[in-house]
Amino acid sequence: MSSIVLRQGLVVGTTSLEIGDVLIVDGEIVGVGDLGDVASGTTEIDATGCWVGPGLVDLHTHLREPGREEAETIESGALAGALGGFTALVAMPNTEPALDNVALVSYVLDRGARTPLDIAVAGAITQGRRGEMLAPIAEMAGLGVRLFTDDGIGVQDPSLMRRALTYAKPLGVRLAQHCEDELLAGGGSMNEGAVSSRLGLVGRPALAEELMVLRDIELVRLTGGAVHFLHLSTGRSLAMAISARNEGLAITFEVAPHHFTLDETACDQFDPMFKVHPPLRPRSDVEALRDAMRRGLVDAVATDHAPHAPELKDLPFDEAPAGMLGLEHVASLTLDALGAAEASPQEFFALLSRGPARIAQLRQSDVRVRHSGHGGAVVAGEDANLVVFDPQARWTVRANELQSRATNTPYDGRELVGKVRATIAKGLLVVNEGALA
Amino acid sequence: MRSIRGQNLLSLDNVSREAIVEVLDTAESFVEVNRRAIKKVPALKGRVVASLFFEESTRTRLSFETAAKRLSADVLSLAVASSSVKKGESLRDTIATIDALGIDAVVMRHQSSGAALQVSRYVPQVHVINAGDGLHQHPTQGLLDAFTIRQVLAERSQTSGLESGSELFQGLRILIVGDIRHSRVARSDIGAYVTLGAEVRVAAPGTLLPVDIGNWPVAVVDDFDEALEWADVVGLLRLQRERGSGSFVPSLGEFTQTYGLTHERARKLRPSAIIMHPGPMNRGVEIDSRVADLPSAVIERQVANGVPIRMAVLYLTVAGSKEEVVL
Repeated sequence: MSSIVLRQGLVVGTTSLEIGDVLIVDGEIVGVGDLGDVASGTTEIDATGCWVGPGLVDLHTHLREPGREEAETIESGALAGALGGFTALVAMPNTEPALDNVALVSYVLDRGARTPLDIAVAGAITQGRRGEMLAPIAEMAGLGVRLFTDDGIGVQDPSLMRRALTYAKPLGVRLAQHCEDELLAGGGSMNEGAVSSRLGLVGRPALAEELMVLRDIELVRLTGGAVHFLHLSTGRSLAMAISARNEGLAITFEVAPHHFTLDETACDQFDPMFKVHPPLRPRSDVEALRDAMRRGLVDAVATDHAPHAPELKDLPFDEAPAGMLGLEHVASLTLDALGAAEASPQEFFALLSRGPARIAQLRQSDVRVRHSGHGGAVVAGEDANLVVFDPQARWTVRANELQSRATNTPYDGRELVGKVRATIAKGLLVVNEGALA
Repeated sequence: MRSIRGQNLLSLDNVSREAIVEVLDTAESFVEVNRRAIKKVPALKGRVVASLFFEESTRTRLSFETAAKRLSADVLSLAVASSSVKKGESLRDTIATIDALGIDAVVMRHQSSGAALQVSRYVPQVHVINAGDGLHQHPTQGLLDAFTIRQVLAERSQTSGLESGSELFQGLRILIVGDIRHSRVARSDIGAYVTLGAEVRVAAPGTLLPVDIGNWPVAVVDDFDEALEWADVVGLLRLQRERGSGSFVPSLGEFTQTYGLTHERARKLRPSAIIMHPGPMNRGVEIDSRVADLPSAVIERQVANGVPIRMAVLYLTVAGSKEEVVL
């Protein structure tokens, strides 16, 4: 197959941190350390000044295929992910139709297998994501699906959620919840508060999220099931989830880059680019998220990469769809939240690779879903899913230059620090010199 | 904003006292034009004003179009009374199509908050005048309400509104009653009144107050009846039943009982108190029919003043520089 050597990067192990080389042969890491001469024909990558760590894993990618291919496809999303340093993505099931059966899941797995990355699938919890009847969770679990969610909307009915948790428990799979009580949030298009009140926009209160977090914590306690909270956006949500996790309940949670970088005042000019659910919150919540990230209390950063065709983002604020791009800038934004130059490389990879790989059960390779192992320790014998990240490189986001089919980034024109230099997925050099190889 | 000359008029949030007074003063001169036998001046001759109403409003539309015609502007009138989603055309395409016809200004009404601001980004060379966007703002209503108050007070004190500037608003006690939460008129009125120096209080059931009313530059009254005795001006608001505000109170009857300006309650008002309503009224809901017809109710005068205020706004935004004053 091929061999690649990454030279003199800072190799970020689970606990170790050493400058050295990483040699990859035929999809596997075969050596780490000062390796000297290697076989001729090996591709040499200079990783000086860069972090070499496990490839990033996104728990929350809207790949839009099938149904909304004008916004993104599995292929275009995978390439955008590769540029963002990802080697594995979990495709969200809110496609059209929703990924709520074996045939559709198989379709996405098949298409995903043709991309350079590993594409895992989250199946729907309920049929058609309608929140009425359970989807065939066991059948999809038989295909290797490990996460289930109705994301875009939470499971509103508490008795149905209870049933789903009880049903999923013996299958060893995890339910991922979009926490927002739609009866409280319903009809709102931004955070409820001073800004929405002035702008005359109907608000989605923080309580809509927090009530569902509280409800699901108690349902996990009742059923012994496992829940992953998607994109928690308030300080109180985090506090409840952390406290429940400390009690030993099977609770994990992620935060999304827009929630730890942007606040509700971004909606001030009615630009639908900043419309997202849950909505951008006040600065105090943004700071609470960043603080929890720096203190190692967050299980994962996940992008909630949500491409939308430009004509939809040109609609009036209340009519425009919610969501924004994330794959190509999340690494830089996470670095910034962790303290930029002071950021801990271990914490960076815990949030973007090892944490999410554990939650998605992507640590070990799995032949049923044809994926390799992710989020490892960067030692010999592991599958070669790696990223070379330069924590000092500066770059400017240009919406039209992103790999994603859509252009709905809220960071257009913003200068960011930290850039993916190379991505090695399944042993192949997919991104080199910051561009598709 | 220190003057609206050559600008867009999207909101009264950021408009200074001197800018508001400038509009009111300009409108005074147009009142005089409207009394002439030939009610027309050539101020905007050759200019094109498009009126683009995504949400139907006969009154506001007629008022703006009358104002534009009296300034000799050509008027392009488009009714797009359906949501852009249903129509399948984006806001950007709709405005681009109209812009391609060659326009100087667009007067826009839309059911979505912020739509006028969004449109102003798409056509930076066109003056955008917000004629009401969702629950957000209705700036010309705020201006004409302020103008009406100044006019009435000036007449009573036998001074001229023009000479009084913002003086008559200093310490003026204005009570706004009803569905503040869903009212773009309330947001613009409060902006105008507070900027001009008035003291504003609001009275409404808790559910019809905006969520962060505590941070607004107004006081919430505990006792509506007491507040009526306090007020120099009472501004009533339309209960926005079409925006679902009906479900924010148990019944219209209960709203009338608690916050309607009933005939009995109107007796608590001081004789000099001015009663206002932006229309269209729900007679028998927020205002008793007999109260609406009292001499102290200036509701028709508000409608009449809509024309000179909108002439002033069109004139200042479109004609722009001071040198062009030709009346």
